[in-house]
Amino acid sequence: MAGSTLHDGSSPLNQAAKQTSDDAHGYYVAGEPLVDPVTPTGPIADRWTTRRFENRLVNPANRRKLDVIIVGTGLAGGAAAATLGEAGYNVKSFCYQDSPRRAHSIAAQGGINAAKNYKEDGDSVFRLFYDTVKGGDYRSRESNVYRLAEVSTNIIDQCVAQGVPFAREYGGLLDNRSFGGVQVSRTFYARGQTGQQLLLGAYQAMERQVAAGTVTQYTRHEMLELIVKDGVARGIVARDLVSGEIETHLADAVVLASGGYGNVFFLSTNAMGCNVTATWRAHRKGAYMANPCYTQIHPTCIPVSGEHQSKLTLMSESLRNDGRIWVPKKVEDCDKDPRDIPEEDRDYYLERIYPAFGNLVPRDIASRQAKNVCDEGRGVGPLVGDFRRGVYLDFTDAIERMGADVVKEKYDNLFDMYERITGENPYEVPMRIYPAVHYVMGGLWVDYHLQSNIPGLFVTGEANFSDHGANRLGASALMQGLADGYFVLPNTIRDYLADGPFEKITEDDEAVVEARRSVEKRVETFLSINGSRSADSYHRELGHIMWEYCGMERSEEGLRKAIDMIRELKKDFWTDLKVLGTADSLNQSLEKAGRVADFIELGELMCIDALNRRESCGGHFRAESQTEEGEALRHDEEFAYVAAWEFGGEDGSPVLHKEDLIYTAIEMKQRSYK
Amino acid sequence: MNLTLKIWRQQNPADKGGLKTYELGGVSEDMSFLEMLDVLNEQLNETGEEPVAFDHDCREGICGSCALMIDGQAHGPEVTTTCQLHMRSFKDGQTITIEPWRADAFPVIKDLVTDRSAFDRIIQAGGYISANTGSAPEANSVPAPRDKATRAFNVATCIGCGACVAACPNGSASLFLGAKITHLGELPQGQPERDGRVASMVAQHDAEGFGGCTNIGECTAACPKEIPLDVISQLNKDLRTAIRHGH
Amino acid sequence: MATVTAVKNKRSSRSTIALKLLMALSGLIFIGYVLAHMYGNLKAFSGQEAFDSYAEHLRTIGEPLLPYSGLLWIIRIVLLVALAVHVYAAYTLWARAGKARTTKYAVTKRVNSTWSSKTMRWGGTALLLFIVFHILHFTLRVVTPGSNSDSPYERLVGSFEIWWVSAIYLVAMAALAMHLRHGTWSAAQTLGLTNTASARRNANLLGYLLAVVIAGGYSLIPVFVLAGVIS
Ligand SMILES: Cc1cc2nc3c(=O)[nH]c(=O)nc-3n(C[C@H](O)[C@H](O)[C@H](O)COP(=O)(O)OP(=O)(O)OC[C@H]3O[C@@H](n4cnc5c(N)ncnc54)[C@H](O)[C@@H]3O)c2cc1C
Ligand code: HEM
Ligand code: SF4
Ligand code: FES
Repeated sequence: MAGSTLHDGSSPLNQAAKQTSDDAHGYYVAGEPLVDPVTPTGPIADRWTTRRFENRLVNPANRRKLDVIIVGTGLAGGAAAATLGEAGYNVKSFCYQDSPRRAHSIAAQGGINAAKNYKEDGDSVFRLFYDTVKGGDYRSRESNVYRLAEVSTNIIDQCVAQGVPFAREYGGLLDNRSFGGVQVSRTFYARGQTGQQLLLGAYQAMERQVAAGTVTQYTRHEMLELIVKDGVARGIVARDLVSGEIETHLADAVVLASGGYGNVFFLSTNAMGCNVTATWRAHRKGAYMANPCYTQIHPTCIPVSGEHQSKLTLMSESLRNDGRIWVPKKVEDCDKDPRDIPEEDRDYYLERIYPAFGNLVPRDIASRQAKNVCDEGRGVGPLVGDFRRGVYLDFTDAIERMGADVVKEKYDNLFDMYERITGENPYEVPMRIYPAVHYVMGGLWVDYHLQSNIPGLFVTGEANFSDHGANRLGASALMQGLADGYFVLPNTIRDYLADGPFEKITEDDEAVVEARRSVEKRVETFLSINGSRSADSYHRELGHIMWEYCGMERSEEGLRKAIDMIRELKKDFWTDLKVLGTADSLNQSLEKAGRVADFIELGELMCIDALNRRESCGGHFRAESQTEEGEALRHDEEFAYVAAWEFGGEDGSPVLHKEDLIYTAIEMKQRSYK
Repeated sequence: MNLTLKIWRQQNPADKGGLKTYELGGVSEDMSFLEMLDVLNEQLNETGEEPVAFDHDCREGICGSCALMIDGQAHGPEVTTTCQLHMRSFKDGQTITIEPWRADAFPVIKDLVTDRSAFDRIIQAGGYISANTGSAPEANSVPAPRDKATRAFNVATCIGCGACVAACPNGSASLFLGAKITHLGELPQGQPERDGRVASMVAQHDAEGFGGCTNIGECTAACPKEIPLDVISQLNKDLRTAIRHGH
Repeated sequence: MATVTAVKNKRSSRSTIALKLLMALSGLIFIGYVLAHMYGNLKAFSGQEAFDSYAEHLRTIGEPLLPYSGLLWIIRIVLLVALAVHVYAAYTLWARAGKARTTKYAVTKRVNSTWSSKTMRWGGTALLLFIVFHILHFTLRVVTPGSNSDSPYERLVGSFEIWWVSAIYLVAMAALAMHLRHGTWSAAQTLGLTNTASARRNANLLGYLLAVVIAGGYSLIPVFVLAGVIS
């Protein structure tokens, strides 16, 4: 088991001979290489079927005796709770919101991919697999991705059976659209609210199990610690956010489906409560954090309007299907009314640079080019600081071509949302958009069974590093969340649970008491520092650092600077934080403080990971690694690995374990959208 | 903009609570209502008064967390969620009263935060289609007429915010309930459990202490997703049918 | 916190919606009755003979199958039962609504309520009082302002010539108009007949129509008596 190859801090830099650059030297310690202990073999198309058969079964009579904790009620957690509940396991489900239905998955707009090939346009499981690996810039595990593509079709069947109201054609059959720069129509959608509808399907399925008594739901509960006994995950410590009580919950297995940590950037399209606490606490207890620097920056968000902005709003990427992106050619035109700028003075830069894909280039490219033109001073919209951060997304041509009615039918809710936020009517004035942090491909390291290196700890959905490599295709996160929750985890966790029920562990067990105490102590500390600054203000500052130095473009110099700044910020946080209120009641400032404390530590690790990866791949663009034309340049010989980081202790350096990525079904290619 | 805010402060469920007045300056028109409260909270934190607790998460009008009664209107003067309400809807110098949802089925937890778990229990009572994972037939084997699917979608957009209850003079949750009944009842997959679903969901609604509907229509006017009143008609019709079928 | 548990096997016929259904059905009975009753009352315009023979005719319909006044008694019983049901449901739901929100808002702003919808309960109570008065007046002849003649026509004209008797009836008709305005639409909704936007509009229009026709029709009599046209 790879998880047991615990690092011995004194080992020499591993594989140093192969290494030609080591930017992060001094910031980390090299650890043993890592292999997925359950990696499947054989022809790629048979791997999952074979594994499902090989994995042991749990006798139905035994399932009732097996307790599974699931942290998170998004697509990944909600679907898993429903499915494991149906199977008869005893599930405890946690979320920090007041209802499982409010998990952040609810906000996804665009759609969900599935290789149904209903349009007969040449799609297939293999093509979805291929597109996903290629989209991820060859930094994901091929067996995992193939499995994802394979179960994608079951997801649609399942959701339709639950009553998810997908868009339909006149004949009553399901409709599809093409999405996010893919040339086949494989995206299923429910107007601009696909995530909501899918989540409600999972939520309702889960509530049905609550009624059946197999799932117990703990809302307004935040997981603050993982309980590990003898190297095995056995439960969690959670705070009841209403009463403030610190509770311990014990189980035979723990599943983290706690979502992504994009909020480390403060401003992102994530919900305000999205956090890294659940996974970071597990990381501190030994779980490896994989590729933390892989962040996705989404090109079509509503630009920042001012200093008090608390979050950014995504506009579905589907807008790029019909809208044309441009900025003025001349800097002096930038503050003019866009309607007064003649055609010849407009620069449709994506169409110019990438004639084949035009406005439909992948997210990272669209985002980076927007940043480039704004850095050149050709951005539009209000000055924020001394920069205009925005580019036009223009529907004038689309309205002429299709008619205002068709445009309205397709995009009305998005246009409304835009108008509500900005006060401008996009039917008349071109929209302004700017990139924003949207998704993280990084997360806890898991094997093919979605089990972390801590036995008994499983991680699903956006919380794991899983299937998207260095970049995620549009409409694939929903697919992954539901694949993990409905079809993968239930079939892999049984192999682990087949050995259970495990020896009971009691509340007064040393491991439990220790975990609980550490949480109580942390809460006390937050309330007693009594400094002068709110947790929010630290979060904002951290966000600035991360966006500036670990955002769309990263450089060695910038990352080093960021690490120093974060370390300073961390010191300041622990000496000058101010949290009012008490521990024994609803206290949102206290909740926030805990989340920010973990974000700060994560931020540092992200910078170290980004510093170490001296290549540009997917969403990670290193200034030092580009072609002469300024395109991303990958270094497969050096970096075709998953960087799995082990916690190095309170003041120690993180330990890097590398898992090599081996492709047998697909050949690695340098990405080109030109 | 400068504002006078009268905000409901209540330490815990047992506390009596009351309105407290705050002056706030430096509010910009482009801020959302919740960003305005963020600024207030930052100010309170500085002066040593505990920040105002309010529910919020996505801040883009879809999760249904945010829930404020603003000057007597659920989610304020526009047809949208509190988080999508912007300060340009208010005037400089205005006094704004902010209260929590009021319904005995939604007890106040603290300040502006209420417990809406009654909605979860209504869903538990039958707001689902029983389809175990893995048992589903091929998706396109059951076509759904487009107009019915469209109606189902339109009402499935309910975000479970509870504004309908907050606005209803009777404290009824009929709009929320009707939306789910209509969503599932319009789809072919929803037919087998149709009678039982409405019977148990209505029973749970009543047991939670929500009032009965008198078809006034304040709910639909407050609903950020513009769920139409006809879902209540549909609810009534489905219940009538269920009674006829012996429920 | 709220600790309501799942309810099992509760009969739907005991639900709030069932109460509403009973209200709608009894309300429809009332509407049918008041329409017929109004048709009869308007005979007052044809003079004493026509009116009195109509009143007598009411008592002999169905003879000899039914005894004298038989149909009238059937109608009375149906109406009494309907009234009991309607009033019981109204006050039960009123009490429920009161308990559903025991802490009131400091500020409320209704944006979609019609005046008629807001006055259903107090207006209904006014109607109840009126119905009692009306029965004491014309049916039981306990209160007999103006005239206590055996001719219904004379009693009618005699009492309406007194301004405050007419006033009571006119105010009651205004209350009835409001009650019918919202009641008709509400009953259609309760019966599940308004599943589209156009059906909703029609139900509302019907409410206005019935309100004007019924309340207007009844009001003609006191107005014309006061004006001396009917005497
Ligand atoms: C605006 C937006 C639009 C998107 N659109 C698309 C799209 O069109 N297509 C697509 O494929 N993907 C899209 N995505 C990405 C996708 O929505 C997410 O990646 C996915 O929904 C994540 O699901 P999840 O189940 O892993 O986590 P989430 O849905 O984020 O759920 C996390 C859960 O964990 C709980 N939780 C977190 N921390 C704790 C803790 N410490 N204690 C207790 N509980 C905790 C939360 O309460 C929540 O229930 C979008 C994302 C955003 C932000
Ligand atoms: C006896 C005194 C009466 C009382 C106390 C009373 C009270 C009420 C109340 C409180 C409602 C519910 C309002 C609503 O649901 O919006 C109602 C509804 C109604 N009433 Fe009355 N009412 C009375 C008499 C009448 C009369 C005389 C008629 C007809 C002529 C009538 C017809 C209706 C109708 C049609 C409804 C609608 C039922 C529904 O909402 O589904 N009522 N009444
Ligand atoms: S029906 Fe409308 S107001 Fe009521 S809970 Fe749903 S979205 Fe909110
Ligand atoms: S915060 Fe999610 S709807 Fe307002």
